[in-house]
Amino acid sequence: MIERRSRLRVLLEVELPVLLIVLFAVAPYLWMVLTSIKPNSAILSFPVQYLPTAPTLEHYQVLLARTSFLHNLFNSLVVALGAVVLGLGVSVPAAYAFSRFRFAGRSGLLVFFLVINMVPVVLLIIPLFVLMRQLGLIDTFIGVIMGHATFAIPFSVWMMTSYFNALPCELDEAALIDGASRLQTIRYVVLPLAMPGIVTTGIYIFVSSWNEYLFAMMLSGQNIKTVTVALQSFIGEFTVQWGLLTAGGTLIAIPVTVLFLIIQRRLVGGLTAGAVKA
Amino acid sequence: MRRRSEHLPFLLPALLVTAVIVLYPALQTVWLSLHNFVLFDPDNIRFVGLGNFADILLRDELFWISLGNSLVWVVAAVGLQFLLGLVTALLLNQSFWGRSVARALVVVPWALPSVIIGLMWTWMYDLNLGVFNDMLLRAGLIDAPVAWLAQPSTALGAVILALVWQGFPFFSVMILAGLQTIPATYYEAAAMDGATRWQMLRYITLPSLREVIATALLLRMIWVANSLDVILVMTGGGPGYATHTLPLYAFLKAYSGMEFGYASALSLLMTLLLLVVVASYVRRVAKAALA
Repeated sequence: MIERRSRLRVLLEVELPVLLIVLFAVAPYLWMVLTSIKPNSAILSFPVQYLPTAPTLEHYQVLLARTSFLHNLFNSLVVALGAVVLGLGVSVPAAYAFSRFRFAGRSGLLVFFLVINMVPVVLLIIPLFVLMRQLGLIDTFIGVIMGHATFAIPFSVWMMTSYFNALPCELDEAALIDGASRLQTIRYVVLPLAMPGIVTTGIYIFVSSWNEYLFAMMLSGQNIKTVTVALQSFIGEFTVQWGLLTAGGTLIAIPVTVLFLIIQRRLVGGLTAGAVKA
Repeated sequence: MRRRSEHLPFLLPALLVTAVIVLYPALQTVWLSLHNFVLFDPDNIRFVGLGNFADILLRDELFWISLGNSLVWVVAAVGLQFLLGLVTALLLNQSFWGRSVARALVVVPWALPSVIIGLMWTWMYDLNLGVFNDMLLRAGLIDAPVAWLAQPSTALGAVILALVWQGFPFFSVMILAGLQTIPATYYEAAAMDGATRWQMLRYITLPSLREVIATALLLRMIWVANSLDVILVMTGGGPGYATHTLPLYAFLKAYSGMEFGYASALSLLMTLLLLVVVASYVRRVAKAALA
């Protein structure tokens, strides 16, 4: 804009409102972290004590030493990595086909993947539970990973198709004319160029799977409880010990916050293509 | 050089897995919805035709309560997320000191799992120790602590506020991306003609964002209508039925009631209600992507 605004007007009309919105966005997060480093006496005092006078890591020690939380972190890691491998493993080839081949039913199938991303979780979770029970996959990594693949696959198909579409077909054709096979073309030409897209998509799958609660709760039992399910069950088990709960919340939130901040700029393309699950 | 079926090996794995984990379960929901199917009563599975649907529509008061709550939930949550997201995007599109930091921080709520969102907001709303009551008391806006999540009149609103917090970054990121595609020359020309900033917003910015806003609103409506985990964590649907929404009701029927047939019928009805929104969204995106 051409108009030059005075310093004071910028402060009042832009900087102050931005500050308020940023505060609104980070305050609950900060409050969780602050609570997690206060001793119980400070947590239980009212009026609220805002800043910790004697910061402590005792809640983290209790959480890691006396609960199953470390084990749950490991479970979540396995499930999320599994969802990334399964999601990317089947979606990258499919997206390549959607981008590079013209075949009958192509647009229909693409729309199909868009629609299944919109299917309500409750519609799937009930029969999936029945199915996994029949297959004996309840409380196994495979079971939960398959549950997470219901959103990972359609999302990655759309994300990766738009990434492949951004790479000119002439690249493939040049390699094919030079005598490379289709697989060599993909391996040495297409995949290296698509790597940023694959990484972004993979990280997004990882974050969604790590954060997911309903499938993980329905499809897991005692053995492979993920962190979100464990945290929720702590609420009953420890009769609302806010120090422990906020410490757990902080440990779960930090890795996904970092990952999400890394990829958020590159997500917008996939967003407008409708691929990103909220 | 291109064989006719060259695409098949690339597509098959995705199609097979999807058929097993999405298509088959979705069809099974239809089958379940026509049966009386209680999970731990396997000897008593019987075909009831449309009986579940008739029960829901004619005799189930809770269905209508949940539907009403769902409407409030979707309209209020999506509407407020959109307004706050729009304002945020317009602000973040200005130039000011620390803009890139502000842009990054605003996205934080979006990254968090709903269990943690539920947990942190439940903690802030706490009756005796919550920071929410403390701030309102200090500001003199209330005289005594309020049990925000435990009284029917405030519970739904309190959960909606948590969801607005979670969802507004989505709109601000989408709209900000849209804002960056509007050519600066439009504004220069308007300024030359003496347009006020309000007129520029009204006649340049908002019309240019129409497509982005429509897509974002539809997408968000679908997901907010389907989402139940934040409510489940914060209130479990209570107090009473004050925060029962349709997906939550269907989920609880299956999870606590083990009435899988009835729950399937509920979730099918919900899907049918959503179909209009999904159809207009899919048409919009497919047209753009396949053009």
